[in-house]
Amino acid sequence: MADLPEPLPVQSAAPEAAEASIIGLTLNGVTRVVPLDDPRVTLLDLLRERLGLSGAKKGCDRGQCGACTVLLDGRRVNACLVLAVTLDGAAVETIEGLGGGGALHPLQAAFVEHDALQCGFCTPGQIMSALGLLAEEGNDPDPERIRAGMSGNLCRCGAHPAIVAAIRAVIGAGDRSEMPE
Amino acid sequence: MRRFAYLRPARLEEALAAAAEPETAWLAGGTNLVELMKRGVARPARLVDLAGLEDLATITPLAAGGLSIGAAVRNADLARHPVILRDAPILAEAVLSAAAPQIRNRATTAGNLLQAPRCAGFLDPGAACNRRAAGSGCAARGGDGRDAAVLGATEACIAVHPSDLAVPLVALDARLRVAGRDGERTIALGTLYGADGASTLPPGELVRAVLLPAEAAGFAGHARYLKLRERTSFAFALVSAAAALRIAGGRIVAARVALGGVAPRPWRPAEAEAVLAGAVPTDALFRAAADAALAAARPIAENGFKIELARRVLVRALTLALRGTPARVPALAASPFAPAGEGARHG
Repeated sequence: MADLPEPLPVQSAAPEAAEASIIGLTLNGVTRVVPLDDPRVTLLDLLRERLGLSGAKKGCDRGQCGACTVLLDGRRVNACLVLAVTLDGAAVETIEGLGGGGALHPLQAAFVEHDALQCGFCTPGQIMSALGLLAEEGNDPDPERIRAGMSGNLCRCGAHPAIVAAIRAVIGAGDRSEMPE
Repeated sequence: MRRFAYLRPARLEEALAAAAEPETAWLAGGTNLVELMKRGVARPARLVDLAGLEDLATITPLAAGGLSIGAAVRNADLARHPVILRDAPILAEAVLSAAAPQIRNRATTAGNLLQAPRCAGFLDPGAACNRRAAGSGCAARGGDGRDAAVLGATEACIAVHPSDLAVPLVALDARLRVAGRDGERTIALGTLYGADGASTLPPGELVRAVLLPAEAAGFAGHARYLKLRERTSFAFALVSAAAALRIAGGRIVAARVALGGVAPRPWRPAEAEAVLAGAVPTDALFRAAADAALAAARPIAENGFKIELARRVLVRALTLALRGTPARVPALAASPFAPAGEGARHG
């Protein structure tokens, strides 16, 4: 299992320690102005520790598990590898921004329908990654392309076949023919 | 992580001036650098973000033919750019065989070429590593050698270069446009890498673009990248091969070959290209070329398997290249497990 989440960087005595910046970003459609006292804060830590959005998960914190996947300017990225200080003017979408008025986003509904999770830790990242995949690949239902396209998201419970089925259902290729025997 | 100052210049001159300070690192996609900083392997005092320099992120035709691929073009954008897919689809195949979509949406062209080795000794700040601290020794020597080089290893370093993209780029004679405070120069991509694979660029210099020569497009119809890894996706190469052929009148007019995962640098075996040039393509010819490419290979500890693997991967890559570049990069890019696919051909 990955390391425990690291605590936020503390103030250090480095020469630049006094340096602070303010970034303005659009977060789930809402403009936010965020002061940053430390350039080392990642987008993932900004979301989880400072903005109260804990949907994106810290699995490996090294860009290997995909549990922290969010959309940055419409494209899926690992939030753990993005420095928050670089995000002035950016648009970020997280799992908290999906759906609306109490309704599930079609991908969320499909994950429920297809039982595409067990413990759920990786699920926000899986769904944000699937959202990015649909934006990148359009409605290509080829299961092999979906599997390759979702290869940046690990599921230790082994829900991958059901995840592919859920994504195919949203594309409109809804059947379970790609499920393993 | 060491604390750092963050700068985001809007002009190249400002960027080069900022990078003249010691302990400065360029920040592009950050997918490699941020991880190394978290590990304590990279400890820059200043980061100069290239995101403000917009002309770094475009792909444009060169006046004399060929293409200029901006240093900060994202891997994902390179892999779906129509001009790349027309003139050098092997680059898309190599890029799509690497990392995962989230990484490719951030990682850049020059960042990929300059990425650090994935040798466990290099990645552990507590271990001896000549590459990280000259003269400190090599923790990888004495290990099982499984991931080590079989060609071109030095006394100091046995790590392999991890880039996939660099392999077909070296095969296609790509060059780099490099900017410094004294102006610009152009170098062969192969000379970017020293004997141990580390960058030969002086501190403060910036890769502005990768230049693909006009001749590269002549190989587009018969060029494949093939990569063997321990799982089907999101893994570095055990061994990989780029094979590009120009065919006319039933003969190989010209051949370009490079290997990945076997050496500290992307490895271009001129001996193999000489075997292929002018010959009628047959299985025996491809095996002779692969034998020539690996003739100088030597195992380190337990990695002898890589030598035979590299031979076979090269033969297979040449065979696939002869068959013709597919019209679309396979779902499992560069995988030997991809369906053979008798579908439409490139061009």
